[in-house]
Amino acid sequence: MTHRFDSVDAVREGLRKVDYLADESIAGIAYLADRLQKPVLIEGPAGTGKTQLAKSVAEMSGARLIRLQCYEGLDEAKALYEWNYKKQLLRIQVERGDESGEWTEIKDDIFSDEFLLPRPLLEAITADDPVVLLIDEVDRVELETEALLLEILSDYQVSIPELGTIEAKQIPLVFLTSNNTRELSEALKRRCLFLHLDYPSMDREKEIVLTKVPDVTDSLADQVARIVRSVRQLELKKHPSVSETLDWARTLVLLGIEHIDEKEAVETVNILLKYRSDIEKAVKEFSTNSDAHFTG
Amino acid sequence: MTTTEPAETSSNQPMFDLLEGFVAELRSAGLPVSLSENIDAAEAVRHIPLEDRLAFKYALAATLVKNNAHWKTFETLFEVYFSLRGSEYTLDGEDGDPFADMDLDMDEGEQGPPGDGGQGGGEGMSPEELAELLFQALMKGDEILMRAIARQAVKRYAGMEPGRPVGGTYYLYRTLRNLDLDGVMERLMEQRQEQSPDGMTPFEERLERDEFDSRIEQMRKEIEAEIRRRLVADRGAEAMAKTLRKPLPEDVDFMHASREEMTQLRRAIYPLTRKLAARLARKRRHKRKGPLDFRSTVRHSLSYGGVPADPRFKHPKPAKPEIFVIADISGSVAAFARFTLHLVYAISSQFSRVRSFVFIDGLDEVTDYFEGVDDITEAIHRVNTEADVVWVDGHSDYGHAFEVFWDNYGSEIGPKTTVLILGDARNNYHASQAWIIKEIQHKARKLFWLNPEPKAYWDTGDSIVGEYGAYCDGTFEVRNLRQLERFVDNLV
Repeated sequence: MTHRFDSVDAVREGLRKVDYLADESIAGIAYLADRLQKPVLIEGPAGTGKTQLAKSVAEMSGARLIRLQCYEGLDEAKALYEWNYKKQLLRIQVERGDESGEWTEIKDDIFSDEFLLPRPLLEAITADDPVVLLIDEVDRVELETEALLLEILSDYQVSIPELGTIEAKQIPLVFLTSNNTRELSEALKRRCLFLHLDYPSMDREKEIVLTKVPDVTDSLADQVARIVRSVRQLELKKHPSVSETLDWARTLVLLGIEHIDEKEAVETVNILLKYRSDIEKAVKEFSTNSDAHFTG
Repeated sequence: MTTTEPAETSSNQPMFDLLEGFVAELRSAGLPVSLSENIDAAEAVRHIPLEDRLAFKYALAATLVKNNAHWKTFETLFEVYFSLRGSEYTLDGEDGDPFADMDLDMDEGEQGPPGDGGQGGGEGMSPEELAELLFQALMKGDEILMRAIARQAVKRYAGMEPGRPVGGTYYLYRTLRNLDLDGVMERLMEQRQEQSPDGMTPFEERLERDEFDSRIEQMRKEIEAEIRRRLVADRGAEAMAKTLRKPLPEDVDFMHASREEMTQLRRAIYPLTRKLAARLARKRRHKRKGPLDFRSTVRHSLSYGGVPADPRFKHPKPAKPEIFVIADISGSVAAFARFTLHLVYAISSQFSRVRSFVFIDGLDEVTDYFEGVDDITEAIHRVNTEADVVWVDGHSDYGHAFEVFWDNYGSEIGPKTTVLILGDARNNYHASQAWIIKEIQHKARKLFWLNPEPKAYWDTGDSIVGEYGAYCDGTFEVRNLRQLERFVDNLV
């Protein structure tokens, strides 16, 4: 069994090359996922780079990314496989003209690989080349549908009643993301490595801004990271995500702002915060001097 | 089997023993660690060297902790269990003590303290010098120096003696009191003020303050870690883990939560309400079909020649109850009332209307504070500061509060109303006026009493929950988020 990654540091370096700044836990868990051949469940607030992590791992290891977007009402036919019944019908009609056709023969025929439409999960299992499977927003499916995933996550195989069990040709690296809108089942959690992706530390966020935003100066990135950290400490409905931080930094660069002061911050804060009450709170918080005795 | 394998397992044996003890400790702290997760952890540590402590910690966390709310418990236990392993964490790292070279820098230009300079480390420094050093370290954000100072400060101020049966918080308190971090904070800010030529705008000042705040927080953590290390060395990991065992956020008692736990609770309630709302909405949507819609069935049977082949059903209309929350917000139970109000308003779309009243010995309606406001925290803050709830002396008087309620709002209770009363029913020996509760129960659909006290304390002292409870459709012990969530879930 060959491994994809040599060491934790190699993972981190590789991710850095594709512009994803991983911290110790991210790199460590990606490494473990490969070694233990276990899926990774990534949980955390929106916009902290959960999906991006899977994409970046795929990019760095040169694997193909197969993505299953989850939604309420997702079923077997859209996640696992489906029989191509139109083609099956056609086949039966062709046979009908031919008197010699035995029913069992036709049956074996129409339930074969040829008439199977692979959906993302089956596709990831049967692929010959290395793949990364991303199951996005798994918390959106119903509890019952979760069970669909269990077989593939623990044994990397799919059972199709008419065909038997299809085992994986290679073990795909699996990432599941969740926004935690509901508690996932114990069975699912038990099969996965768990990674909680929180907002990055200030230093890491600054680096992210520096790598992702072209033409940003070091001092501007520093100010952006510091202000965002302060904003996140407020009690808000929705804290600014990393992607909103990046949008904000890009805007500031476009506007040619080099030094962020109160005025600039207040004027552009609507890029960072999306709720009116949050914006009001932040503006209030940053424009009044709460500790008057320090100004004396 | 190859010959190398036995050797490998034997070298791993102590590791597995250690891991086993650690997992047992996690379980007794309330974390659900299954057998397969335990095996995964054992598998994982084979790939990660113990020397890389951080990676080791994350590897264990990834396999053992599947809920972010449990992270803090895990981390504390991890520190206790593995704190004495790894070279950089030796207890009295005299040889690698950063103070050795620090002293050289500091002594430049000034007289070294006479006498015990040879003691090495920072022993020779006066308290003023240590304070100055701390100031410099925080100013520069020098983490190595901060760690060294934490070590020194604990050694000096905590007054730790082997075998002394005192908790870590006591040592922490003593150390922090001597370091006076608040005073240092003020000095730091003053220094920054002087440094900036044309004064700082409030905005800049705020940012600076946040920066220093986070450094001081870092310092505090270093001190805590140092105290923990010393305690572990003194008492052993198992005993320490036991004393450090803290309840998980969902099990924290509302009435006895520390300030830190309160913050945790506040953080925990957001995802909780979101989950609850999503679950309730889903439940509603997936409810069975309603009763047969005769009219529609006959109408549709026309297309089948009068045969009712396609039965039609009415859309289910689950009754949305109207909720009256009557909450005691006197000191001892205020936190409980706050969380319950928060939760009820967060899922208010599940009710046709929510009205809330708060009382201590007087009573006031606070429904307006919540209406049209999308920031519940703000509304609750207003409840605490603006509501007119004091009648005589500001000690709970359930009887009088109920009287006021009955006189002013009693007539508005109807057969669709569910009434929730929140409080510990400690009436300070006033008249109970339990007949009002009886009347309310008579008029309302349901009447529930939520009590944040443990059941064992009910009806002791001035608690008369039994007297009121006789007229309620249910009295519930709601001491923590877990119980609160369960109650609200059943309510809908």
